[in-house]
Amino acid sequence: MEATTYNYKVVRQFAIMTVVWGIVGMLVGVILAAQLIWPDLTFGIEYLSYGRLRPLHTNAVIFAFGGSAMFAVSYYIVQRTCQVRLWAEKLAAFTFWGWMLVIVLAAITLPLGYTSSKEYAELEWPIDILITLVWVAYALVFFGTIIKRKTRHIYVSNWFFGAYILVIAILHIVNSAELPVTMTKSYSAYAGVQDAMIQWWYGHNAVGFFLTTAFLGMMYYFIPKQAGRPIYSYRLSVVHFWSLNFIYMWAGPHHLQYTARPDWAQSLGMVFSLMLLAPSWGGMMNGIMTLSGAWHKLRTDPILKFMVTALSFYGMSTFEGPMMSIKTVNALSHYTEWTIGHVHSGALGWVAMITIGSMYYLIPRLFGRESMFSTKLIEWHFWLSTIGVVLYIAALWIAGVAQGLMWRAANADGTLTYSFAQVLNTMYPFYGIRLIGGAMFFSGMLIMAYNVWQTTRLGRAVNDAPIPQAVHA
Amino acid sequence: MDSGLISGIVTAIFIVVFIGIVWWAYSRGNKQAFEDAGRLPFEEDNAPISKGEKNE
Repeated sequence: MEATTYNYKVVRQFAIMTVVWGIVGMLVGVILAAQLIWPDLTFGIEYLSYGRLRPLHTNAVIFAFGGSAMFAVSYYIVQRTCQVRLWAEKLAAFTFWGWMLVIVLAAITLPLGYTSSKEYAELEWPIDILITLVWVAYALVFFGTIIKRKTRHIYVSNWFFGAYILVIAILHIVNSAELPVTMTKSYSAYAGVQDAMIQWWYGHNAVGFFLTTAFLGMMYYFIPKQAGRPIYSYRLSVVHFWSLNFIYMWAGPHHLQYTARPDWAQSLGMVFSLMLLAPSWGGMMNGIMTLSGAWHKLRTDPILKFMVTALSFYGMSTFEGPMMSIKTVNALSHYTEWTIGHVHSGALGWVAMITIGSMYYLIPRLFGRESMFSTKLIEWHFWLSTIGVVLYIAALWIAGVAQGLMWRAANADGTLTYSFAQVLNTMYPFYGIRLIGGAMFFSGMLIMAYNVWQTTRLGRAVNDAPIPQAVHA
Repeated sequence: MDSGLISGIVTAIFIVVFIGIVWWAYSRGNKQAFEDAGRLPFEEDNAPISKGEKNE
């Protein structure tokens, strides 16, 4: 017998964990920001040292917070736009528990110091294998659901999710190729400049396909839904999708400007990064123009404010990124705080804010309600987040440019004008502002947690949302 | 065939494919189909959000 309801259980599990891991990951971030000001903050306990907490922070916010959000929305959207129940629900349940196990293992092994030392791919080989298994199950569930769809067309969000699932699988498997020595230690299968090249092919496409493509899929569904009108130009979204896929793959080398990597490969990375501006801004305009004729909704609807602000940050960071990939700009910006500011403009401003907005749309519906417990608290969350991000990135812009200029300043006789400690000393006020900004963003997440908790208390978990029976084109 | 020639050919193929995609997306004949596709997220709203658990 054909299922007449959607599977909301796995969506709900991932949605709740998105909020939980968001809080955990951002708390670790706040601790790290404080450690930069007070290095002895954690009393010299090795498990809580900066070097061990830092990968914990990045893994938690990207793969635990961002990953859970993506599982939740992709399972939700693929069902609703294909008008069928998830395929292979036991596998879907496995992706939830498997992914949670990956996160818990990361939270244990990283503070213990087990790391493959590859940025954003620090987890050791047994966890890498578990990630692969979960990801293959995810691909089967997602594409299986697409195959049994009742609608003729595959909605654009699902194209973005499909690309994300496929590319992340390739990236993870290639970059994690390693030779195990013991249960907790392995060595990369690649050496020297090839290792660096593969690492940043992975690293930048993790940004491109995990933090961009996937969340664009989210944007293409939730902005139209929240605004109550279809996407401004569906045709532009098709071109947006394919041009991102054609270009993103080659932008990775901009992480290795002025290194031992061949010069032509550096220039290639720069050119492809500059080209990325076109599809990125095309997509941003497409999202924002969806509101044309409904701009007044922006005044009263904090969820829409989250989404449109997210798009603005997407536009801003996709302008900043190509600019920073230009070799002469990179000569100043690389290894400085500016890079960290850029990352957070994308990660907090774009990824976190589109996720938060989408969760405020999604969570009440998973609990049989029209809206969250309190719209006022969403408004508070919005302003805390927005002011927090602005403080954060403005502080690190100034810090980064100052740092770059001070590092390169030379006296007439060729000696450096400033010592490393002098430069560090200049950073303190900006580290302080960054901590305040980050703490504001974090406190917004606590407000969200309270709001979500109250919403779940007032509502009842929906396990059997009906599938519309009239089949459309 | 040296690698330069191969990458030249691949680049040319990719450009042609991409132009083909743009042409396909914006061709007049596909206008209605894409507009319908853009309304997919709204095809579901005939059914109101169920209040709590409900079997249909």
